[in-house]
Amino acid sequence: MPDTPIWEDVEVGQELPAVVKNPSTRQLVKYAGTSGDYYEVHYDKDFAVEIGLPGIIVHGALKNAYLAQVVTGWMGPDGMLRKLSVRYRGTDVPYDTLTCSGRVTKKYEQDGAHLVDCALTLENGQGEQTTTGTATVQLPSRGA
Amino acid sequence: MTEEPQKTLSPEARKALMEREIPPAVMEVERGHVRRFAEAIGDDNPRWADATPPTFLRAILSELPSAPELDAFPQMLDGGSDWEYGDPVRVGDTITAVTQFARVNQRNIEVGPAVFLQLETRYTNQHGAWVATQKNTLIRY
Repeated sequence: MPDTPIWEDVEVGQELPAVVKNPSTRQLVKYAGTSGDYYEVHYDKDFAVEIGLPGIIVHGALKNAYLAQVVTGWMGPDGMLRKLSVRYRGTDVPYDTLTCSGRVTKKYEQDGAHLVDCALTLENGQGEQTTTGTATVQLPSRGA
Repeated sequence: MTEEPQKTLSPEARKALMEREIPPAVMEVERGHVRRFAEAIGDDNPRWADATPPTFLRAILSELPSAPELDAFPQMLDGGSDWEYGDPVRVGDTITAVTQFARVNQRNIEVGPAVFLQLETRYTNQHGAWVATQKNTLIRY
């Protein structure tokens, strides 16, 4: 795990290390079991097709977890995630390559906290952004 | 072929949802559960040996609140979530999740009439400290 970045060293426009996922149907079942989300669209292909989906789809909340991982992986042990927002713009299917990326968009101080905003995207194998998001992270400062 | 009546959510049904008292969900954060959650999301960050991944709190509310008003809209899509975080959630904490329907609006989407719901869940720990709030948008159609 990398160390926590110091707020002063972070630059607007900086890319966070990408996280690449390739969830199998097994992974979706594991997620269903551990999260308690047993909606059939995530493991029952007949059900999913019956209601008009192309097949089994990836849990939105799992994509939320993937985008969170971009941020928590980068911010190291002493960073604090303060806000995280995600919007699902398209469905994703198992075995596709999902590339999760982040970029620093803003650096500021608020109520004594040293904060960084990030833009987040999840792209499918066709390069379509099926999930977008934002995050706010609190980082340690040399001055504090 | 008979035409299906246009499904709608009546103002009374909307009001009933907005005023619904949803029993709080309470869960102890167990080490094995957190480990399995981290495995399920494929995240091997050592931080999750003691603290919880940010979306772990989804596991507390596994069942959606009962809403018979929405029986005419049986299918569901998750639209997204807005999270805010306070004190960290650690293994051994007991988390209480209090949820309410913060917004209920009918709108038409591609496949017909739909109800956009915003479920707002406030999470606190055993010391009464606020640890997180999640605003989850759900689309029923």
